[in-house]
Amino acid sequence: MTEVVWTDKTGAPEAQFGDFVDLLKPRVMRLVLFTALVGLVCAPVPVHPVIAFAALVCIGVGAGAAGALNMWWDRDIDAVMARTKGRPIPSGRVEHDAALALGVTLSGFSVVMLGLVANVFAAAFLAFTIFFYVVIYSMWLKRATPQNIVIGGAAGAFPPMVGWAVATGGIAPASVLMFLLIFLWTPPHFWALALFRNDDYTRAGVPMLPVAAGERSTRNHILAYALILAPAAIAPAFSSVGGPVYLAGAFVLNALFIRGAWAIWRRDEATAAADRCRVEKRFFGFSIVYLFLHFSLLLVEAGLRAAGLAAAGWPVLF
Amino acid sequence: MRPDSHEIYGRRRSRNVGLGIVLGALVLLIFAVTIVKLSQGQSMEGFDHQIRPTLLPATEPAE
Repeated sequence: MTEVVWTDKTGAPEAQFGDFVDLLKPRVMRLVLFTALVGLVCAPVPVHPVIAFAALVCIGVGAGAAGALNMWWDRDIDAVMARTKGRPIPSGRVEHDAALALGVTLSGFSVVMLGLVANVFAAAFLAFTIFFYVVIYSMWLKRATPQNIVIGGAAGAFPPMVGWAVATGGIAPASVLMFLLIFLWTPPHFWALALFRNDDYTRAGVPMLPVAAGERSTRNHILAYALILAPAAIAPAFSSVGGPVYLAGAFVLNALFIRGAWAIWRRDEATAAADRCRVEKRFFGFSIVYLFLHFSLLLVEAGLRAAGLAAAGWPVLF
Repeated sequence: MRPDSHEIYGRRRSRNVGLGIVLGALVLLIFAVTIVKLSQGQSMEGFDHQIRPTLLPATEPAE
C-alpha cells in the first residue's frame, strides 16, 4: 500500500476567504454603496426593489474590484506605509497575482451584469469609474502630482451618478450636483488625513500636498476647498432631489465644516505636533459624518416626496 | 496519513464555504432578476443576425 504525504514547502499562509474580502476594501465599498443607493432612490424613475438590489450588488462588486486592482498596483508603497502595511498583499496573506486576477474578473463580471440587470449606459459608466480609479488615479496621478486627489476624487464621486443612471438610463443636473458634492469634499478630507499621516506618504514617496507643497499650503487649500464646497453642497437643495430639510441640514453641516477648516488654517506645524494633530484628526472624522449626513438628508427628502409631504412651491433651479 | 486529512484542507475550508455561499447567492439573485424581468413583460430575446417575427413591431391586421 502506498502512502502519500503532502509537504507544504512554501511556508506562505493559505489565503482565507476574509483576506479576499479585505482586498475589496469593504469600508470604501460601504460609502460607494450608500451614495449609489441615494442616487438610485432619488431618481425620478421608480426601480423594482429586486432590480435595485441586484444593481447595487453590481456597483459594490465593481467598486471592490477597483479596490483590489488598486492594492495590486500599490503593493510596493502599501508595504512601507503604517496605515496600509497590514493589507492582504503586503502582509503576505494574498499573492499579488491573485489580487490582479480577482480584480480583473470581478470588474468584467460587475460591468456585464449591470448591463444585463439595468442598462448599457449604467454599465458603461461603471466601467469608466473602475478605469478612472485604477488607471487615471492609481497608475497615473497618485505618484505624479500633488493634485492627485483633486482629479482622482472623481472616481469616488461617480457612484451616485451610476445609481441615478440605473434608474433613468442617463444623467441629470441633480446627479451632477451629487457628483460635485463628493468631488469637492474629497480633497479636504484626504488632505486632513495627509496632515497627520505625513510621514507615511513621505516614506512612500507619494507627492501628497503636505509632502510636495508643505503643511502651510495644505492648510490654505483645506480652507479654500471648504469655502468652495459649501455652495456646491447647498445647491442640491434647489434641485429636483432637494428641499427645505436638506437646505437646513446642509447649512448647519457646512457651517461646521468651514469652522473646522478655519481651525486647521489657524494652526501651524508646531501647534499640531504639540497636541498630536487633534484638530486635524477631528476634522477628518467629522468630514466622514458630513458626507454621510448630506446623502442621508437627500434620502429623507426622497421619503417625504414619496409620502406626498414635499414642500409646495419649493424653488427647483436645477 | 490520508491525503484528505492533511491540515491544508482545514485551512481551505473557510475559502470553499465562502465561495459556495457567494455562488449560491449569485444563482438566487439571477433567478430573482429573471422572474422580475419576465413579470414586467420585458423582451427576453435579442437580435441574433436574423430577424425573427417576434422582434418586429406588432401591426394591426388589415380590415
